[in-house]
Amino acid sequence: MTTLAERPAAGLTFRQKLSRFDFKASPYLYVSPFFILFGLLGLFPIAYTMNVSLYEWNLLKGQGDFVGAGNYISVLTDPFFWNAVGNTFSIFLLSTIPQLIAATVLAALLDQAIRASTFWRMSILLPYIVAPVAVAVIFTQIFSQFNGPITGVLQLLGMDPIRWGFDPFASHIAIASMVNWRWTGYNALILLAAMQSIPRDIYESAALDGAGKIRRFFSITIPMIRPTMIFVVITSTIGGLQIFAEPKLYDGQSNGGANRQFQTIVLYLYEMAFPRRDFGRAAATAWILFVIIILIGLINFAISRSIASQDAGRTRARVARTMKGVRS
Amino acid sequence: MTTTTEARSIAPSLIVTDGSTPRRARRSYDRPGFLTYALLTAFFVGAVFPLWWSFVIGSRQASDINLVPPAVVPGPNFIANAIKVFETVDFAKALVNSVIISGAITLSVVFFSTLAGYAFAKLRFRGRSGLMVAVVATMAVPTQLGIIPLFMIMSELKWTGTLGAVIVPGLVTAFGVFFMRQYLVDVIPDELIEAARVDGASMWGTFWHVALPAARPAMAVLGLFTFMAAWTDFLWPLLVLGPNNPSVQTALAALNASGGHTPDHSMVLAGALISVIPLLILFVVTGKQLISGIMSGAVKG
Repeated sequence: MTTLAERPAAGLTFRQKLSRFDFKASPYLYVSPFFILFGLLGLFPIAYTMNVSLYEWNLLKGQGDFVGAGNYISVLTDPFFWNAVGNTFSIFLLSTIPQLIAATVLAALLDQAIRASTFWRMSILLPYIVAPVAVAVIFTQIFSQFNGPITGVLQLLGMDPIRWGFDPFASHIAIASMVNWRWTGYNALILLAAMQSIPRDIYESAALDGAGKIRRFFSITIPMIRPTMIFVVITSTIGGLQIFAEPKLYDGQSNGGANRQFQTIVLYLYEMAFPRRDFGRAAATAWILFVIIILIGLINFAISRSIASQDAGRTRARVARTMKGVRS
Repeated sequence: MTTTTEARSIAPSLIVTDGSTPRRARRSYDRPGFLTYALLTAFFVGAVFPLWWSFVIGSRQASDINLVPPAVVPGPNFIANAIKVFETVDFAKALVNSVIISGAITLSVVFFSTLAGYAFAKLRFRGRSGLMVAVVATMAVPTQLGIIPLFMIMSELKWTGTLGAVIVPGLVTAFGVFFMRQYLVDVIPDELIEAARVDGASMWGTFWHVALPAARPAMAVLGLFTFMAAWTDFLWPLLVLGPNNPSVQTALAALNASGGHTPDHSMVLAGALISVIPLLILFVVTGKQLISGIMSGAVKG
């Protein structure tokens, strides 16, 4: 601390007072930039969204009359909103479930004494660095009804092309593929970390007891990484319900397809707010989505807590049993 | 903490798992067979194919996208297609803008997170635990949903079309504060802080000379992920930047829409690849830190 020597030997009491003030006030000074900026730019806009949602908004005139719950009613009675909710959940399920399975398999593959492990880890993480916009641009060309590799291969096999951009379910698969491609390797690494924290002697005693690879995977690995799997599901829920770039760019000319066959909730919000300037309905949509996300988060949390407490008991019993078997 | 490999060696212990994982014994039960490598190769091909195929089409002529069987070997036209990209949209400006935006956001997030994280981890003050609970609670808040008032504020301030409109809302994150707090709580011994105080160092001096050097590995990891998140962000830049002052992502979206219903596939895919190159370089240089960051729970999804 070179600064100490340079300090002038001012009046001791004043220095003591100063030091005391420094000691008391500094912590608040250090945390305040975060709270001020986050309050102004993070929390205030969300709270103010509520205020915006209570007024009528007009493309030309801007803010209009107070309408109370009017915007909420018009959103909740809009078939296009429910269409967007259905699409969002369809895409969300098509991306979460296959992704979780693939990531778990991939993590189990990597959780062995493989050669060149850094190379494999890097290669599966590669898609994560590709921005959603670029992923969407590339996959739009891959999942094209008219040309591209999939249509090319189908033609080679003498099959009809799939109507990717038009058929709702096919378009959901295409968009879910973008999400899956980008996130599977990333989530596999999180699950791999959980697998590596499982004590190896549990596997050893199970192997001694004659449990095969598959058996060990389902009876030891899966139960032990379940909390991490739930974490992965929660984070992909929060992200998955706010999906925007992929469906927006899958058909760059519209907001989710000619018949809104892949319009998601955030894309619906975007269409309300920006082409139409109906900020009231857009804000109401934002609040409804906010509530949906919080609700699903709470449900996830409740489920994970009950599973975690059950698991703790069960795993302890299983380990005890196994150890007893080893000792006797 | 002056070794060059510090980030690598310390990052795996960044979070709060169940303590140390001893180096694993390589026993017969986890020796992989042929099937493992076959499956890993399949995942590898799946991860690389979209980028490879973009390069194949991006280096040929646009009509080659119609070939049956599909083209799998690159052609000679990548440079020509890349030039077309820069002629169609202002990609050079977009790259500079994205570097400025992501750089500013990263510096700010890392600095303020370290400062607040240090206070929460090592300083005693009234209301500390309550405020920390507030930080954790706000991590779950989807701030993206506040875009409408935020957009109105930016219009009111006449900031739309400027980089500030993108940078300012990203200056702090709750996750960053939480992350730095988790790291610093273990890594700096309380005695070290007290010793500095006893020696007469000011609070700021203690932060600057004791906490900051110790925090460096975690700052690097947080900085990497913050930079990548800012670089890949799309919705908010799309709303406030406008076509004359694009970020990489909004420029790529404009490029994608440039041909209407008859896009130049080769040019669009070449543009997508160009947009990926900066993060690809970052990935090659820092890939190991990214992996250990993710594996130590460094990142929220």
